[in-house]
Amino acid sequence: MSVQAPASGAIPTALDPALLLRIHLTMVRIRQFEQRAIELFMAGELPGFLHSCLGQEAVPAGVCAALREDDYITSTHRGHGHVIAKGLSFDRMMAELYGRTTGYCKGKGGSMHIADFSQGVLGANGIVGAGIPIATGAALSAQMRRSGQVVVAFFGDGATSQGAFHEAANLAAVWNLPVVYVCENNLYAVSTPVSRQMRVNSVAQRAAAYGFPGVTVDGNDPLAVYEAARAAVERARSGGGPTLLECRTYRWMGHYIGDPATYRPAEEVAWWKERDPLALFERKLIETDICSQEEIQRVHEQVRAELEAAIEFARQSPAPAPEDALTDLPQ
Amino acid sequence: MSQLYYRQAIRDALREEMRRDERVFLLGLDIGRFGGTYKATQGLWEEFGDERVRDTPLSEAAIAGAAVGAAMTGMRPVAEIMYMDFITIALDQIANQAAKLTYMSGGQARIPVVFRTQEGAGRSSAAQHAQSLEAWVTHIPGLKVVLPAIPYDAKGLLKTAIRDDGPVVFIEHKLLYGVKGEVPDEEYLIPFGQARIVREGADVTIVALSRMVLKALDAAEELAREGISVEVIDPRTVVPLDLETILASVHKTGRLIVTHEGYTRCGVGAEIATQVVEHSMHALKRPPRRVCGRNVPIPFAPVMENYVIPQAADLVNAVRELMS
Repeated sequence: MSVQAPASGAIPTALDPALLLRIHLTMVRIRQFEQRAIELFMAGELPGFLHSCLGQEAVPAGVCAALREDDYITSTHRGHGHVIAKGLSFDRMMAELYGRTTGYCKGKGGSMHIADFSQGVLGANGIVGAGIPIATGAALSAQMRRSGQVVVAFFGDGATSQGAFHEAANLAAVWNLPVVYVCENNLYAVSTPVSRQMRVNSVAQRAAAYGFPGVTVDGNDPLAVYEAARAAVERARSGGGPTLLECRTYRWMGHYIGDPATYRPAEEVAWWKERDPLALFERKLIETDICSQEEIQRVHEQVRAELEAAIEFARQSPAPAPEDALTDLPQ
Repeated sequence: MSQLYYRQAIRDALREEMRRDERVFLLGLDIGRFGGTYKATQGLWEEFGDERVRDTPLSEAAIAGAAVGAAMTGMRPVAEIMYMDFITIALDQIANQAAKLTYMSGGQARIPVVFRTQEGAGRSSAAQHAQSLEAWVTHIPGLKVVLPAIPYDAKGLLKTAIRDDGPVVFIEHKLLYGVKGEVPDEEYLIPFGQARIVREGADVTIVALSRMVLKALDAAEELAREGISVEVIDPRTVVPLDLETILASVHKTGRLIVTHEGYTRCGVGAEIATQVVEHSMHALKRPPRRVCGRNVPIPFAPVMENYVIPQAADLVNAVRELMS
């Protein structure tokens, strides 16, 4: 199969260095969280499944940098990156992965379902595509309340074959809703390559059916993602309606941790790993004198310290009592 | 007190709640200018306009999902699923999302959404426009399930449903829209989880859902002429269920019939009968009986349709057997 090489664009000079460093920090946070989560999972400390977004860090980092704090997102089973980028904290995330009472969902959701309504995270979702109509409804709410909020629905390439995607996209178009549909096209729906999921050449083309723009960007370039997301968010916020933003990227791991991913050629995986979005971005930051190698190193160290403290917090947090299972139903 | 059709009671509840709370809005197929397939929303678009009475494309999953998303971000949507049979194509959003996201988020999400729909046979609509699927939603923790049988209950329960902070499935009956009943002129609400004793009796308890309440009353009338006294109870909400009122009745009569149009197998009646047996088996003089929909798809021809849906005569026969 053919894969599209990420473009190696230069850093646009107009961008604020503080924004670039913020995007970088977010990517480091996602990268390290995912790496440590894998280690903890393999060590048997975390129950359930783990769906890693290693290699896809540029998409949530770029998209969420274009959002306001009160904007909403919906996320997916591969959602750690989205919620980290939206501002959620390591400690309560880790506690949720450990199934502890201090987790964002008090241990009732787990890795796949982290939510924090106070930060606009309307939930990661275990049903592929289900967050898309919910995001669309949140956008309807924002429009009706005239709040100026924008909603981003994150989903993968596989979700764009769900009826929920098509129904919601059409509804958002008809009602001109302030929503941005962000497809992380990592080229596989579990084991099935995009070429066996759809006959169009890009997910972005699907937007044409609903009468709003579809844009494809290099999902391993956080600035390309940011620029496209900013345009889509501005368009939504100013009453221009929805946009479908396809970010081409690649998940380094299998569908879940433990999936040997034998359906992918080794050379394809190697090709993408050479285009590590974090390493490429750090090289650019150094080349353009935004920051030094030492400063980058310090960021990594700070994030590592924060992460280790979060893991300790989770380990020390109380486990729920069995009968806590009976609480938190709708009133 | 006014004599109102069931459909008018529904419409009045919607109108009053929309006037009272600007967060309440409606979305669904043909509910606006057209006034709804069964005219339950007639006149609302004229008063509230496109913004709050929203016609949608034919997209049940998006209707339900958009309602969930709007509900969890500060609105109070009432989404209409035109026929309960069509709930199949919205069920992920109702059963996996609306019902569960409060729990899955550790109690964070508040999802004040009402899914209005209608069920029931008797119009030769065949198997995809006549099912009574209340058991499906009753099965899923997190949903409240309401089935009003008379205009008074329809209005008071719908207003309560709209003010409820969780997801409610509100199930009307297509052959009740044209039935009249007394409705107070002043405002009132009916709390969930309170059954209505529709008719008092001493010999047999009939717990009836939705339109079967009317058939149970016909049966009770006929049996009274034979000297058999039937108590008819309408739970009105099956989640939450007012088991107390049902048990009190069974302790009095010692005999229980449950009746609904929904399929017998794993129907709500099976659940009610089981709960009665678990709590009060020794009060029962005879095993409970289910007089419910036969376990076949609902046929088109009236003679077959009437056969698979319980009729008053079936209830009369069941009562006579229990009394023999």
